[in-house]
Amino acid sequence: MTATEPRTNAPVRANVLRDTRNVFVRELRPVVRDPFTLIFSLVQPLVFLGLFAPLLIGESGAPVGETLQWFVPGVLVMIVLFGTGATGSNLQYEMMTGSHERTLVAPLARSSLLVGRALKEIAPIVVQAILIVLIAWPFGFRIDPLGLAVGLALLAVFGVGLGSLSYSLALATKDREWLFWGVQQTLIFPLLILSGMLLPLESAPGWMRAVATVNPVNWVVQGERALLGGDFASTAVLWGWVSALAVAAVGLWLGIRAMRRSS
Amino acid sequence: MTNPPIIETHGLTKRFTVKRQEVAAVTDLSISVQPGELVAFLGPNGAGKSTSLRMLTTLIPPTAGDARVVGHDIRTEAAEVRARIGYVGQLTSGSFAQRVGDELLSQGAFYGMRRADAVRRADELVESLGLTAIRSRSVQQLSGGQKRRLDIALGLMHAPPLLFLDEPSTGLDPQSRANLWEHILRLREEHGTTVFVTTHYLEEADRYAERVLVMDQGRVIADDTAPALKSTLAGDVLTFGFGSADEASAALAVLARVTGREATLDESGRATTTVPDGDALLPVVIRALDDAGLAVRTATGVPPTLDDVFLALTGRSLREADRTADAGTGDDAEHTEPAAEAATNLQEASR
Repeated sequence: MTATEPRTNAPVRANVLRDTRNVFVRELRPVVRDPFTLIFSLVQPLVFLGLFAPLLIGESGAPVGETLQWFVPGVLVMIVLFGTGATGSNLQYEMMTGSHERTLVAPLARSSLLVGRALKEIAPIVVQAILIVLIAWPFGFRIDPLGLAVGLALLAVFGVGLGSLSYSLALATKDREWLFWGVQQTLIFPLLILSGMLLPLESAPGWMRAVATVNPVNWVVQGERALLGGDFASTAVLWGWVSALAVAAVGLWLGIRAMRRSS
Repeated sequence: MTNPPIIETHGLTKRFTVKRQEVAAVTDLSISVQPGELVAFLGPNGAGKSTSLRMLTTLIPPTAGDARVVGHDIRTEAAEVRARIGYVGQLTSGSFAQRVGDELLSQGAFYGMRRADAVRRADELVESLGLTAIRSRSVQQLSGGQKRRLDIALGLMHAPPLLFLDEPSTGLDPQSRANLWEHILRLREEHGTTVFVTTHYLEEADRYAERVLVMDQGRVIADDTAPALKSTLAGDVLTFGFGSADEASAALAVLARVTGREATLDESGRATTTVPDGDALLPVVIRALDDAGLAVRTATGVPPTLDDVFLALTGRSLREADRTADAGTGDDAEHTEPAAEAATNLQEASR
């Protein structure tokens, strides 16, 4: 027996926290090894910032800073929607290539396999959001440090929920990539447009506004706008948090359930 | 052998529901494996080898029956089983996005190893499996043989007393395959690891396994050492050539008398018979033929292969069985038991 051999008769004690940390660390490693992947996935939000914001400015005639104050929070939520919403495809790829199976045979709590992955989503969200805010800053975007900090926390909670939902979808669709992307794309654009992220919904027809009221992304966007503007007293902040926490709760519940059934 | 078995199963059965029809992937698997054994599951694609392994490694629950692996129940003590086994699946164990060294350290952490121990163990494995030069490469960049060696390293990270390998050499070239087996055998010698492997390569089971479980259509149909299987179920083929057809015909009676087995003429008009222990009988038969005034011109004794065993057991050769299994599902040979896998998907999707 060498020192590295486990004491095979010691009882195995489930340790969800330790397992979650280990899964989280593993998921984070490729990001730390190759941080430039985070920069590349910034292209899409930058395109919206550079090509869409000027249209908004031209349309409204409002000053650049004021328009950015309205638009940037939506772009931050967009990062979560497109980046984190697609993260299930990474799991799906690992299910198809085999490494997911290996982690299922390892003595890890099933909940940790999901939660560790979902928590990792916070890292790219926070890094990318800060970069976008810093890029918008010289153009007149005001940064309220406390508002930004709480706003990032809101994005993180929403991201953990959305990431979990994306993982649930991957676990449910298994090796059918077309189904994963089909469902993902079908959901993501209505969620995007009905969130008032790109264009205000005030002039939308009544039925659209009605649907938007049950769209949690809409509430998260409004909450994010209030927070980044430093308006902590706004009820939008409360509803943003309620929506983000609800998405997180449902996502984690579905995700853990799907992970338990995974083989 | 007074040790408790490291694997013990009773009536282990797995049925899948495919299009509302029950398909039996594994039926009534009852086996006992002692610590330190090297056991091979041999059978064509779709025979139920992988499904058996997936039950024993707690990946899927059995429909009926029970099993204890490393002293723990696979249903009620899955965590205990998982902590004590290593598993190398059919596909790639390392995530394509991860680096080789990182995956090894993650694996160590998953099994509760302290970081210093994990680093030391990873060093050992990287060295002995020839992965040193590619340690900081991502899994995606590795060749097939390198990926497979990483799979083995990952399976061995926590030095499990029992290692399961599902088709470890499928898709490898002959040299990598031999190399892989060298590692498996050395590991076993050094650590006394029990190795349980599935394969549909006859030569592999024949050459490396001490004990072969022949599996077909979800059932174990034979269980013995390769030499015992061959001598009891197949036997050596003895063939004798003569100067004339008359002599060959006359030889049949002599062959039958000496060996006690039926003898026939083959397509080239030679007298042939199948016997156990052909090496010892060959000279005896030649002398008897000489005594009968029949001049033997050529004599060959061909030892049986496990394919002959499979043929004797099932009436078809392993290769034929593989072909029909593949044709039936339209899948490639890389993924054995595609039917069962598809069944799992369907079953779970329908929940």
